[in-house]
Amino acid sequence: MNQSLSSKRMTNGEAGLALFFSLAAFLCLIGAAKAVDSAFAFHASLGAAASLWAVFAIFNRYFDRPYAAPPQEINGRPNYNLGPIRFATAISVFWGIAGFTVGLLIACQLAWPALNFDLPWTSFGRLRPLHTSAVVFAFGGNVLIATSFYVVQKTCRVRLAGELAPWFVVLGYNFFILIAGTGYLLGVTQSKEYAEPEWYADLWLTIVWVTYLLVFLMTLIKRKEPHIYVANWFYLAFIITIAVLHLGNNPAIPVSVFGSKSYILWGGVQDAMFQWWYGHNAVGFFLTAGFLAIMYYFIPKRAERPVYSYRLSIIHFWAIIFLYIWAGPHHLHYTALPDWAQTLGMTFSIMLWMPSWGGMINGLMTLSGAWDKLRTDPVLRMLVVSVAFYGMATFEGPLMSIKVVNSLSHYTDWTIGHVHSGALGWVGFVSFGALYCLVPWIWHRKALYSLKLVNWHFWIATLGIVIYISSMWVSGILQGLMWRAYNSLGFLEYSFIESVDAMHPFYVIRATGGALFLIGALIMAYNLWMTVRVGEAEELTPASSPALQPAE
Amino acid sequence: MSFWTRHHIFEKNSIILIIGILAVISVGGLVEITPLFYLKSTIEVVDGIRPYTPLELTGRNIYIREGCYLCHSQMIRPLRDEVERYGHYSLAAESMYDHPFQWGSKRTGPDLARVGAKYSDDWHVTHLTNPRAIVPQSVMPGYPFLAETEVDPSMIADHLRTSRAVGVPYTDDQIASAVDDLKAQADPDSAGVDGFAKRYPKAVVRNFDGKPGMPTEMDALIAYLQMLGTLVDFKLYNEKANLR
Repeated sequence: MNQSLSSKRMTNGEAGLALFFSLAAFLCLIGAAKAVDSAFAFHASLGAAASLWAVFAIFNRYFDRPYAAPPQEINGRPNYNLGPIRFATAISVFWGIAGFTVGLLIACQLAWPALNFDLPWTSFGRLRPLHTSAVVFAFGGNVLIATSFYVVQKTCRVRLAGELAPWFVVLGYNFFILIAGTGYLLGVTQSKEYAEPEWYADLWLTIVWVTYLLVFLMTLIKRKEPHIYVANWFYLAFIITIAVLHLGNNPAIPVSVFGSKSYILWGGVQDAMFQWWYGHNAVGFFLTAGFLAIMYYFIPKRAERPVYSYRLSIIHFWAIIFLYIWAGPHHLHYTALPDWAQTLGMTFSIMLWMPSWGGMINGLMTLSGAWDKLRTDPVLRMLVVSVAFYGMATFEGPLMSIKVVNSLSHYTDWTIGHVHSGALGWVGFVSFGALYCLVPWIWHRKALYSLKLVNWHFWIATLGIVIYISSMWVSGILQGLMWRAYNSLGFLEYSFIESVDAMHPFYVIRATGGALFLIGALIMAYNLWMTVRVGEAEELTPASSPALQPAE
Repeated sequence: MSFWTRHHIFEKNSIILIIGILAVISVGGLVEITPLFYLKSTIEVVDGIRPYTPLELTGRNIYIREGCYLCHSQMIRPLRDEVERYGHYSLAAESMYDHPFQWGSKRTGPDLARVGAKYSDDWHVTHLTNPRAIVPQSVMPGYPFLAETEVDPSMIADHLRTSRAVGVPYTDDQIASAVDDLKAQADPDSAGVDGFAKRYPKAVVRNFDGKPGMPTEMDALIAYLQMLGTLVDFKLYNEKANLR
């Protein structure tokens, strides 16, 4: 016993990971030296630098850390691991603002094309995936990782599994974001929407994601609570399904193992079906299941009420994950995809309305007996309005998946408006609400720096969303109607460019809405920063605080 | 035991919960995707479909690189206005060699599935360099750098070989002559044109960007755009032949 205390030894994890990164650094250096294109050389160099830094960081941490591993419990309370959560939380705010800014820029490019500057790395086609990936995967993804690591620890009442593994997940995931984002600017893309990163980034993400699953799962397995809390079902479904989708949509053969370009295994119709099976379920599982988990933890916590219905949450969970997977073909209505697949996609999309609203009701009704808090707590208001937007977007979605409606809405700005009512209203607001809760909790602050600023954020951003989505409704439907308009002689009424011209005012209005949303996020960033910097520290209470009840 | 107590098995056992999730999420994908690989009616048999020439494939990769698919679809739906505006609705066979597919999901600009041979090469050069020089209301970015960047032919054979590995039927001859074919298609006066025409019958040979020397990215992209939707001769295409 004394022996092991007096001699400090590296854990298997530390030694193994140091070895792994040494090997990775070596391979990346070879890759950089033999690269056949400059983007690959750049990414391999980044990989080598990051791997060397990781080796250094592992040793540095080893020399600085105490002899024994961090205790699982202190005074009978779980010793929660908050470091990786803090990192993911902070960087999600950064990525959010970056992603919203790029979104504003590309919105302005559509109104004023001179802003493309005629340069490869500033043109719309390269910035648009940067925007979508930055908001979905960088902002949303980090919020999901941060909240899932927090929620799983709290609801299982144990410390997160692994010591280096959670850090590997958080840092590795953000390195993937860096590779993906710089790749888009350099023209590295496989052109599959929301799955643009090339083969080597995909491989790296696979490693990170499996580790994420293992950390989450091992924490669940060692839980002190008999039941797995409902939020964790949703997180688990999100992590597993994203892994399945990622592997299904991305099998590709690189032209050279030292080059960035690859050819995807699927072609034509099958590739389209795989893509939208993936694409719609990136929405269904990344942007819905994951954020529903946030809803199921943060709304009850903030409202200090139990989840409205345990039985409804069971039905909600199984129904939504079963039905969502089928909805993909509604992105391919009237295309060369066989009709039977389109009809299946439409049918299940309409059915999906029910569990979606079941979940919305479960979230909203959780406020039973606490509705008065909406007047006094802008954070709760944000969370609740996010669920209202969720309800709106999940009604609009099934509507647009009906083939006759889709024949008008598809290819138009209506789709963009629909996506943003979900993305800004639901995902954005539920994330902001979660961040406003999470930051004081994990930095041990008594409260937010300013609730008044949250109020400003709420109203400015809400106004921005309303402006954004209504301008896109008008422009989308106008576009669709202009394309199919006939004059009295039976000829098409408008040339295509006339419809482009008609969009200009709406693109300006849309950019205004986006700017308001960005301003709101900047207010949030300031507020959170000040909460951490000058917020009053929370007194750590002894082990008397009640544990969260299982939802029963 | 009520239904709700039975559910405890999922709530109390994370591995069973995972198995449950996997089972539930696999059904939809299996039912919708697997039949597409064996149902013959998925892709009709059509004359004229051929793999891309090396120059067209290079152009297609530029189209992907610049994210053209984000604003231009390549999928004409069988709706009256679309067929009148863009031409015959798109056939599954027309994208059977597309890895990845480029059907797109948004029309900020018009559909390009049948843009081939609609405009002159000159029109494309001017339009790609500065779209507003030809269409004042256009919001498309300019791509002047394409004309200034020469295509690097060194990897083209590997591109064809990799395409063959994922299912595009390139012949050994086509792979071996990839570099020559790449250059020949943009140079009508070169000696390689005859061999090229034998390997890719009916493919267009022109100096697409109008400039002498090595093919530029402008040559490649225009070669690709000019062949889009031109492979099937719809005067001879028999819709009924594919009814099963």
